[in-house]
Amino acid sequence: MNYALAEQSHVLTVAIFLPVLAAIAMMFVGKERHSEIKWGALAATIANLAAMMPLFTAFDKTSAKMQFVSSLPWIRAWNINYYVGVDGISVLFVLLSAIVAILCVLVSWTSVKDKVKEFYIAILLIEGAMIGVFSSLDMFLFYMFWEAMLIPMYLLIGIWGGPNRLYAAVKFFLYTLVGSVLMLLGVIAIYQTTGTFDMVKLMSTQLPVGMQMMLFWAFFAAFAVKVPMFPVHTWLPDAHTEAPTAGSVILAAILIKMGAYGFLRFSLPMFPDASLAMTPVMIALSVIAIIYGGIICLSQTDLKRLIAYSSVSHMGFVTLGIFSLNMQGMEGGVLQMINHGVITGGLFLCVGMVYERSHTRQIADYGGLANVMPIFSALFMVFTFASVGLPGTNGFVGEFLIILGAFTANKTAGILSATGVIIGAVYMLWLYQKVFYTEINKKIAGLNDISSREVITLVPLLILVFWIGFYPSAFTGFMDASVVSLLGKLKASNMNALNTVIQAVPR
Amino acid sequence: MQISELRPLLPELMLASLGLLMLIVEAFVKRKEVVAVIALISAFVAFFSLILLSRAGSVFGGMFIQDGYSVFFKLIFIINLMLSILISVRYLKTENSFHGEFYCLLIFSTCGMMIMASAGNLITLYLGLELMALSTYVLAGFVRHDTKSSEAAVKYFLTGGFSTALLLYGISLIYGVTGSMDLRTITSYITAHDISANPMAALALVLTASAFAFKIAAVPFHMWAPDVYEGAPTPVTAFMSIGPKAAGFAVLVRVFFETFGHLSSEWSMIFIVLSILTMFVGNVMALVQTNIKRMLAYSSIAHAGYALIGIIAATPEGVSATMNYLFIYTFMNIGAFTVVLMLGTKEFKAVEISDYAGLGKTHPVLGGAMLIFMFSLTGIPPMAGFMGKFYVFMAAVKSGYLWLSILAVLFSVISAFFYLRIVMYMYMKDPVNVETFNEPTPLNGLSISLAISAVFVLLIGVMPERFVEFARAAAKIM
Repeated sequence: MNYALAEQSHVLTVAIFLPVLAAIAMMFVGKERHSEIKWGALAATIANLAAMMPLFTAFDKTSAKMQFVSSLPWIRAWNINYYVGVDGISVLFVLLSAIVAILCVLVSWTSVKDKVKEFYIAILLIEGAMIGVFSSLDMFLFYMFWEAMLIPMYLLIGIWGGPNRLYAAVKFFLYTLVGSVLMLLGVIAIYQTTGTFDMVKLMSTQLPVGMQMMLFWAFFAAFAVKVPMFPVHTWLPDAHTEAPTAGSVILAAILIKMGAYGFLRFSLPMFPDASLAMTPVMIALSVIAIIYGGIICLSQTDLKRLIAYSSVSHMGFVTLGIFSLNMQGMEGGVLQMINHGVITGGLFLCVGMVYERSHTRQIADYGGLANVMPIFSALFMVFTFASVGLPGTNGFVGEFLIILGAFTANKTAGILSATGVIIGAVYMLWLYQKVFYTEINKKIAGLNDISSREVITLVPLLILVFWIGFYPSAFTGFMDASVVSLLGKLKASNMNALNTVIQAVPR
Repeated sequence: MQISELRPLLPELMLASLGLLMLIVEAFVKRKEVVAVIALISAFVAFFSLILLSRAGSVFGGMFIQDGYSVFFKLIFIINLMLSILISVRYLKTENSFHGEFYCLLIFSTCGMMIMASAGNLITLYLGLELMALSTYVLAGFVRHDTKSSEAAVKYFLTGGFSTALLLYGISLIYGVTGSMDLRTITSYITAHDISANPMAALALVLTASAFAFKIAAVPFHMWAPDVYEGAPTPVTAFMSIGPKAAGFAVLVRVFFETFGHLSSEWSMIFIVLSILTMFVGNVMALVQTNIKRMLAYSSIAHAGYALIGIIAATPEGVSATMNYLFIYTFMNIGAFTVVLMLGTKEFKAVEISDYAGLGKTHPVLGGAMLIFMFSLTGIPPMAGFMGKFYVFMAAVKSGYLWLSILAVLFSVISAFFYLRIVMYMYMKDPVNVETFNEPTPLNGLSISLAISAVFVLLIGVMPERFVEFARAAAKIM
């Protein structure tokens, strides 16, 4: 590719580095000047969202090509470029990351009192790394952001987290690191075979089938831990529960999406034959996650832990949708990633708000909250219904598409995953009832209802709940072209694989 | 012989004569800072004569070779020397051991390393190694009133002497097999004659490899390292966790890769075993340390294991990966030791890991720097340590050592555990020893060294191109 001829767009570069520069600038602000720091962080995150508005307005929805591309040679010795761009799948995550960052700043406004400066520096660095992950088109660059994000995230959980934060932070770091380093070797192996780190080029490169298998599992290690898929999900409840509210929101809304995004960006297009061969395994693991995650929720006594386990279940839907390998499933999967980000992000924000007042996360300590905090209960109810998948909310659209896709791909998986929806309704409604209805628990009597700042924090997510719920094509429209092209690649590869098998048969 | 023919030797000549001059000056000046400043100037003189005045070539009938490869290593040694001088002044003062000889010894030791990197003959190699080793033995025991320091010196001397004996034995066997001490003559001999079946040659290689393994502190020849690193004065620990190790690698590549490159299939197994053991023992033992100097000792053992992988790859790419790794390692290791030194006072040495509790709160800049070094040592981007590991794995995978790379990355996950523990203490625990910490002064040798290390760790991590190209160019000349 001739980079000199390609039109360079700076939108993504600004989006990645504006928060990073803001973080660096913040290092020089006096640590006692809390209000300047907070307003500065808010200004930086809002400015960043504003700066990436062209992504929303000028994105060509009819094209499956990478857009807003920018490329610079970086390490010529290894043919590594600073190469960023978005397609219909990643653009939504870039936007979501920017929104979530703003909300994280807002929700921490009063709840973070210790090491304020460091906290907002960490949030800004995480924002830059998140956007970097979703817009990288060079594997090396992708890996840099993917790993770099661990540092501020580790600090976020470990410094501002709950009582058991040290354990949770180390567990989070080590789990994700094990997966990532195996992916790193996969990246190196791809480079040694093809001589490039260019992801766009690699998506149209046919790797040997045997190698694809190996690479699939190497990348699986990284992505499955992040999602998190069934056997490697145990870091998530700890990390979610112990993280500060902003950390939980980032984890739920963005960080665990990176795993599923990785499947879409690497596994399916680059190792299509291996992905096709491994579909049954992936579907099985997804269904286990849906049902197992749901059942575990039923026995939780901790608010945050319950929502964390519900993430395992919901992310099972996402991977199920992706590996249905059809239009409905895949679009549902991507949409459900956004939805889960919005809903679970919202739920964690809510839990954070009430925790700031009550300092307890035990479900048993609550009861009758609807009388004490009526506005809050109404908002929480919206997110609960969205999580359950009530029609009219975004959760319904996503899960419906996924189950539709799953039925087409595999009837058993479709039926089992539909059961998961029921379990989901059970634990969420049960949670809502215990916390908001029944008698007013003395421990939480007299709590103030949420402030206007907190309402403002939740409003963007509420809008998204209904916007996606009533008019999903505003969002699926972004990804149509990209998903069609991805599926096209997989179909073509299916034929290739068949041919390889036929040719391999001894005559 | 004309004087101009000595130009390849110029940096060593400069350094050695300035070192001798310092011995004389030292006797006449009261303020020993003067000696430190002269030492720093000497290091700069050596630096500039290395990159500006010296030229490639060989001297004394090929006994001394100056090429891109040796220049690269000499840069590491000189940077190590400069930073070690910078970080030592305050420590020696507080220990009441502020004698000018310290700097002379640092310079002689560095001179020995430089001669090792340029050795074209096994005799030159031996001379350089002894000059380096003898100076370092004395440095290890420099704080005489500290029994631990003396213990370290004796241990280092005994084990070092033993390894030198192994080396001499190996050299004599090599001479017996090939009839020469000159590395090029040996190379042409083994290309002409097949000696792979000769047991004497095998023994020679094993003995030489063992001697070098002592110097780079590879397992199972590492036993001396933790005790010596812990007991030696901290600036000396920093100095010798980098210099002698890098010098060991310099001669290891010179002898095994360049000279016995033909037999790489014979010797690669030795280094594979050494590398795996080194990474394993280094990382696992570091897990249980409570003393930060001991932990860094085991960590530096483990890093030798990663650097060895580049040599196992047995390609110019692998060699440059190892060189790049050592270059990066220099900055992150010196940086970590600088933080240890900055915090210590006479009574409170700040060498227990628990001493670091709350450092991020009480000393944000120091904590931040230590954070950078710890993540760099773990190998997390965007720190330089990641680039070092990445390059080594690239070379290894290219040579078909994917399985070795898998082991290596899993060991580096183990390493994350103990490096993160320092970060955890610094940022996630409340300060306990606030008043005992030394208040870091804004501008002194230590803070300069800290700034240089941190800047390079970040710079190489984000903009590695020049450094990688430099290492590649240096390795290609071989």
